[in-house]
Parts: sequence; C-alpha cells; structure tokens
Amino acid sequence: MNLLLVVAGKKSKPARQKNVIPGFGLTMGFTLFYMSMLILIPLGGLVLFTTSMGWEGFWQSVTDPRVVASLRLSFGASLLAALLNAFFGLIVAWVLVRYTFPLKRVVDALVDLPFALPTAVSGIALVTIYSQNGVIGRYIEPLGFQVAFTWVGIVIALTLIGLPFVVRTVQPALEDLEKELEEAAASLGASRWQTFKRVIFPAIQPSLLTGFAMALARAIGEYGSVIFIAGNMPYITEIAPLLIVIKLEQFDYTGATAIAVVMLIAAFLILLFINLIQWWSRRYTDEN
Amino acid sequence: MSGTVTLQSNKTNTVTRTESTTESPVIRWLLIGTALLFLLFFLILPLIIVFQEAFAGGINLFFQALTDPDALAAIRLTLFTAAIVVPVNIIFGICAAWAISKFRFKGKSVLITLIDLPFAVSPVIAGLIFILIFGSRGWLGPWFLSHGIQIIFATPGIVIATLFVTFPFVARELIPLMQAQGTEEEQAARVLGASGWQTFFRVTLPNIKWGLIYGIILCNARAMGEFGAVSVVSGHIRGYTNTMPLHVEILYNEYNFTAAFAIASLLALLALVTLMVKSIAEMKVSGGQTTTEL
Repeated sequence: MNLLLVVAGKKSKPARQKNVIPGFGLTMGFTLFYMSMLILIPLGGLVLFTTSMGWEGFWQSVTDPRVVASLRLSFGASLLAALLNAFFGLIVAWVLVRYTFPLKRVVDALVDLPFALPTAVSGIALVTIYSQNGVIGRYIEPLGFQVAFTWVGIVIALTLIGLPFVVRTVQPALEDLEKELEEAAASLGASRWQTFKRVIFPAIQPSLLTGFAMALARAIGEYGSVIFIAGNMPYITEIAPLLIVIKLEQFDYTGATAIAVVMLIAAFLILLFINLIQWWSRRYTDEN
Repeated sequence: MSGTVTLQSNKTNTVTRTESTTESPVIRWLLIGTALLFLLFFLILPLIIVFQEAFAGGINLFFQALTDPDALAAIRLTLFTAAIVVPVNIIFGICAAWAISKFRFKGKSVLITLIDLPFAVSPVIAGLIFILIFGSRGWLGPWFLSHGIQIIFATPGIVIATLFVTFPFVARELIPLMQAQGTEEEQAARVLGASGWQTFFRVTLPNIKWGLIYGIILCNARAMGEFGAVSVVSGHIRGYTNTMPLHVEILYNEYNFTAAFAIASLLALLALVTLMVKSIAEMKVSGGQTTTEL
C-alpha cells in the first residue's frame, strides 16, 4: 500500500487512498440505470397515478365494503399465518440446531421448499389435500371442519408460503448462542424452562420478530397459492390481491391502484419495522 | 470459541451438552415430533400429492399431458423467459455487488434497501404497475401499440414482470459474500499488473462462484415459477402467452387434474433440484455466508 501512495502522486491527500480497483463508474452506472428503469420509475409512476386520483377518489375506492372485507381478510389471515409460523418455526429451528435425528440434513434442506416451489403448484396441492375427497379433507369434513374454500384454507396456504422465514432467521441466532450462558444459568439454579424464558428467548427475540415480520409481509402480498384453496367468494373468501386482479380485468385502474397503495403502505411499514428491530438489536448487543 | 462455532454453523451441532444445558429425552422427542409433524403437513404432504396425482392416470397419460401442443408452448415460453431474465439479472447482480462491496460511497445502505424493494411489493402489484405503464389504456401503451409493439398480453410484458420480481436474487446473495471478502485480493492483483477484467475473472469470480451459483438457481426457480405478476400481464392466451404455472392454473380450472399435476410435477422437480444445488452451494461456501431470504 505504501508503494501505491507514492505512485498515486504528491497532491493527493494521504488520508484518502486512491482505490486501484477499476469499474466503479461502469458498475454503479449500470446498477442505477437498470434499477431506475425497472423498479424506481415504474413504482414512482404508481405513486403519481395515486396522487392524480385525488383523496376523494382514493378514499371512496378504499372504503368500498367489498374492498374493506378483502383487506380485513388479507391482513387477518396473514397475521394468523405469521403467528403460526413464529410458534412452529421457532420449534423447527430449535430442533434443527440443538438435536440430532435421522434425515436431519434432508429436513433442513426441505425447509426452503416454499422459496423454490412455484406458488401455483403448492396451491393446487393444498386444495387437493383439503377438499372433500382429499387425503385430509375426507376425514375432517364429516366431522364438520371445512378447510378448503374457507378462511382456514387461506391461513394454511399463507403458513406454507411464510414457513422458511422464521426458521431461517432464528437458526443462526440459536447457533451463535454461547453454551456458557446456559451453564451459568443452570449453575445458578435455573430450571431449563427458566433458562429458556430468561436467557435464550431474549437473545433470539429480535430474529424471531424479524422472521415474523418477513412472513407477514410475504403473506399479505401472496396470490398464487391462495386463490385455489380460497373459494374466492366476494366479502367472504376474497383476498385483496385477487380483488386487484378482478378490478384490472374490469379496466378499473383507479380501484385496483387504491388497494395496491394500501398494501404497499403496509409492506413498507413492515420493512421499516424490520430495519428498526435490526438497528435496535445491534445497539443492544453493542451495549453488552 | 465463537469463531469455531460460526465455522461449523451449517454442520451438525458438535457442541457437547451436559444434562444441565439440554432437555429431558421426553421433551426432546416431543419437540422433534412437533417439528416433523408440522413440516410433514405443510411441506412433505403437498410434495407427495403433486407426484401422486401426476401419475394417477398412469405413465402414458402423464407423457400425453406433457407433449400436448399447448403444454409444449407453455414450457417453451417459460424457458425463453428464464433465458432472458436470468442473464440480465446476473449482470445486474454482479455490477451492484461490485460497486457496493469494492468501493466506499454515500448512501450505500439506501441503495441496498432499494435493491430489496421488489421483495416488499406483492407480485400482483408488480403486474399492475406494468399494466398502468404499458397497458392499452396506460401511459406508454398506446404509443407502443401504434408502432406495432404489444407489451401487455404478450411475451415482452411477461419478461418485464419476471425481471421485476426476480430483480434482487443474485445481488442479494453476492453483496454480503463480497463485502465479507473485502478488497485485498483484488488490490494485490491490480498492483501485480492484472487488468480490471483479469482481476474479476481470475480473482473475484472464483471466490464468489458458489454464492453466484446459488443466486442464479434461486433467480431461475422464481423466474420459471412466478405466477402472480405474470398472471396479471399475460392475458392467458393458450399456446401464446401461457407460462407453465399459468398453464397449470388453466388445466386445473378445466378439471383436467392429471394434466395440471403433470406440469406441476415438472415444476416441483425443478424446485427439488434447486434445493439440492443450494445444499451443495452452502457446503462449499464455508461458514454459511449465504443468506436465505425469499
């Protein structure tokens, strides 16, 4: 490096080393150009279109009873699915990190399946399982439980879609946990449950919340896996993304955009929440 | 201590635990049972059903469904879309990761957040955005149509929507990996006289190989499997603008279950191959650098 400083010339300030790696202009230029054309300008156009419809038009579209029902269903079912994922995802992560059992590697790899499996495929598989003649449906429908074409089916589809998030965020946090902390807790007389509640859980809480928020964000926007099992009855089992599609098919661009804006605001709030958690947990770990 | 733990992070946990820092066998097996049952219902059962239904009508019906002209057209369109989308997003991913990891500039964290933006946007909304722009009643749509170029309800729209939803995949895998690797090796190569391209191909590329492969297969899986965004812009014209996932939907809605599951089984197979390559890539990238988000 010293050699470089000499070569770099007399006038350059020693505090600012010249970076010898080339390509900043080219790579940065292409990155910004491509991102602007594909993501930023189109998204900006959506915002512009929203402002052009005016507050009145927006409010009218959003407070339409059918829209309200679909948004309530989407947010409610997504919240339930994310909570299910937080609970079971924590157990799955725990089991994968702490215990050994047959085929563990295969199980670990399979957790990512919802990322790789097209949503339409999981959609038709789920409805086949839970419909009247399905492997599970045929046993639970006579008992009075209907899953397919009800909100329960929607929650199941959304749980499948969000499954990897909690597992994959909690896993590294559990792996980084130092054994000594638990030994200390045990030697001070804490039971296993107390150690979990007071020592382990606070340490993995930020990653659990992050995973929960990611699963929630994904579930709110999900379309493909839900529409097959949902039944899609207006006011009852019609999710917000489906209503966007229906309004687009009727060339009701304003109505479709209004729903999209509500969903986008929710998504960005969740994104902000995730960033806040990460900032908070970094500060927390720095203090200790 | 913490160093050795992170190195083995992806292998089986070899930290020996005494009785005071683990649970009783009953609770242990109860938790393992709960976890496996949960995964059985939500992952393994749907996967089994796909293959079982695909072959429910026998092997002949399965191949008949796959060689149907509309099915072949859907397979061709899906491969065509992926063949454009994946290389473009590879180039973007490498450029973005290079600019972010090898240089210092203001607003870097904002740029990283912006790259993740498509993950926060519902696929249906991604489709909606491009209808607003290129649709027959959109801003640019009428101009393109008057010049004989149809984007929405045609292949270009499908490609653009797929580009949007798969935008972050490669960049997301490469950025943390290349940031962790630093710039020393590239600087050494340059000082020793290598050109910029030589530095990239001889030094950087071998270092990021597995992270790149992982990003590519994830991008590819999503490109071939995308449903929501493509569904909005495609128009569902059989034999012309139907991708494989859309063809699955059409067949299913026509109660042609065997054919629907036959196509679906191809996509499920792709997903399994993706997971296999991912596991290999993770083993090769020691220390588990790869992030697994969406």
